[in-house]
Amino acid sequence: MSRINDVGGMQGFPEVGPQADEAPFHSDWEAHVFALNRALIGHGLYSLDEFRDAIERMPPARYLESSYYEKWFHAVTTLLVEKGVLTAAEVAGD
Amino acid sequence: MSGEHGGPAASIAAEVRHVETLLEQRGLVNSAELDTALQAFLARANPANGARVAARAWLDADFRARLLTDANESLADLGLSMGGGLQEQRLKVVQNTEDVHNVIVCTLCSCYPIALLGPSPTWYKSEAYRSRVVREPRAVLAEFGFALDPATAITVWDASAESRYLVLPRRPAGTENLDEHELAALVTRNGLIGVAAI
Repeated sequence: MSRINDVGGMQGFPEVGPQADEAPFHSDWEAHVFALNRALIGHGLYSLDEFRDAIERMPPARYLESSYYEKWFHAVTTLLVEKGVLTAAEVAGD
Repeated sequence: MSGEHGGPAASIAAEVRHVETLLEQRGLVNSAELDTALQAFLARANPANGARVAARAWLDADFRARLLTDANESLADLGLSMGGGLQEQRLKVVQNTEDVHNVIVCTLCSCYPIALLGPSPTWYKSEAYRSRVVREPRAVLAEFGFALDPATAITVWDASAESRYLVLPRRPAGTENLDEHELAALVTRNGLIGVAAI
């Protein structure tokens, strides 16, 4: 069964068009998420496949409304909680 | 966005900082090291690598033949590899001809030859590009201002976690006198993705 990330051939999405701003990261936090994820995978806290899966099992509506690096950050925090590195309360700042 | 990670950019920036601080307190990451590692990664993974591959392939028939049959092995000629990411990925280079034009995509997520092209542009990762380029590639190319000859067929290559693609563009006419360095300067990232001509 396909998940929401499996959009190949799906109809209804808008025009693509190249974006004027094509820098790798649009803001500093995106670069931090990128670097953080590489480090955590590098440390063996989770694997690249687990990371990808954590994005792909996002609730569909949430997936579609999140930007690319918002999806990444969602996956990183999901895995940190599931692996017992941080608690959900800690991530939420409670 | 809704939920605990939602809100404007300022909010998510604060959330990322917060999580990074927690991980630093546990000794799992170090902010200075993260920054150094990121800068080093960006310095070695960028589109100039892919441009060098294309220029060499245009000039050296033997290299081109090996590139098209065993890309990973041939990259070593240029001091490059597909190991720049987190794991070595298999690379297949697909050559544009008069009859067939190639385009790459990752319909499932964002798989991309990052070692040769650097981090992918935002549009490459968009649901719009991923969904549409496999169904109506010619229309998508037109949105990039690329009017491909209607007689030219289009092949779309869908990358996966382990397997990545790179387009070898056609060498532009009138470049017979250019050397490898000058040819490489003509090659664009979008040309290596297949959404632009060179």
